[in-house]
Amino acid sequence: MQTFTYYPGCTLRTKAKDLDTYARSSAEALGIALVEPENWQCCGGAYTTATNEVATKLSAVRTLIAGKDTDGLVTVCSACHNVIKQTNYDIARNESMQNKVKQYLELDEAYTGETTVYHYLELLRDVVGFDTLESKVVKPFKGKKIAAYYGCLLLRPSKALAMDNPENPTIMEDFIKAIGGTPVIYAQRNECCGGYITMEDKAQALKRSNAVMESAENMGADMIITACPLCLYNLKKNSCSEMPVYYFTELLAEALGLKENDNE
Amino acid sequence: MNKNQKDWIDITSGVNVRKCMRCGKCSATCPSYDEMEYHPHQFVYMVEKGDIEPLLNSESLYKCLTCFACVERCPRGVEPAKVIEAVRLTAVRQQGNNHLIPDRIPEMLDDDLPQQAIVTAFRKYTK
Ligand code: SF4
Ligand code: SF4
Repeated sequence: MQTFTYYPGCTLRTKAKDLDTYARSSAEALGIALVEPENWQCCGGAYTTATNEVATKLSAVRTLIAGKDTDGLVTVCSACHNVIKQTNYDIARNESMQNKVKQYLELDEAYTGETTVYHYLELLRDVVGFDTLESKVVKPFKGKKIAAYYGCLLLRPSKALAMDNPENPTIMEDFIKAIGGTPVIYAQRNECCGGYITMEDKAQALKRSNAVMESAENMGADMIITACPLCLYNLKKNSCSEMPVYYFTELLAEALGLKENDNE
Repeated sequence: MNKNQKDWIDITSGVNVRKCMRCGKCSATCPSYDEMEYHPHQFVYMVEKGDIEPLLNSESLYKCLTCFACVERCPRGVEPAKVIEAVRLTAVRQQGNNHLIPDRIPEMLDDDLPQQAIVTAFRKYTK
């Protein structure tokens, strides 16, 4: 059995428990061991691209170091995934950052980007395999038209995240097919929901989230899925649409027979 | 023009603003375009010219969603969002210039707002 370090992040412990709980139970059912490191810290929610900032990147490096001795580091939240992968990409290419981090964290040896980071969807695709997943589905989403919402953080910047084609991704659609559903392709699937702007400009969040929901609905979607707690919040609370929004892990667990069916 | 400030922004962003060919694709794809006084391509152009003061004082700094659409789609690999981030940091790193004041947070909360929104806003708006 393969063992991965699992980083839930702050929101999965509080407002996004469903994203977390079903990620864990599904991994277990799929034969993957997820081990949570002790005393992890919040990733900060957004990666600071400034080349001369180190302090704000330290918590992500700590998490990366925690993943070094396992088969990889797994994240579920799109934002954690984005911050941790961008940190890993930059530190691997920047010796001065490696040295500064070594001093700040009082490391015996510098961290140079050796941990492999997987988003949970990548774990399903690259480690479990969508074929294997399909074979374990007991309650397929037959006849359900499901819109995958990537938003911005899962795919971009693609040179650091290297998850999928940033303009024509397929990983979530392949996931939807594996659990028996029909993916819906729509124009806004990789555009931003408004993100943290909801804190101070609800009108802008409403504009963005409405655009996403309308675009999916117009293509005939019954529901929309996301990996990001802030996307879920914006699409639900800052849009006029009634279309249900779920975490992809909820559907995964349901398809695997690990969750009561309340998604009707 | 303040040469030190321009150099500092160039170093902080890591971007070579001179690569820009002024095609405007970054602004065309920006989800915050309508909300901005200065648009992504203008950030790049004005930093290149050293015309930084208007940017430092503009609300546009706080309208960027860090969605990386402009970074991904710029045909010249300029990465405009990194320029905006560097200007924003130059603004909020100044004493007393935090855009988000902790005392204001309670009025922004509701029962469903994820922590992620709050930590991200702090990372973006304060120092
Ligand atoms: S997309 Fe790139 S090259 Fe075009 S205007 Fe924007 S920064 Fe300049
Ligand atoms: S990163 Fe900022 S400037 Fe660039 S497209 Fe997104 S919102 Fe616009």
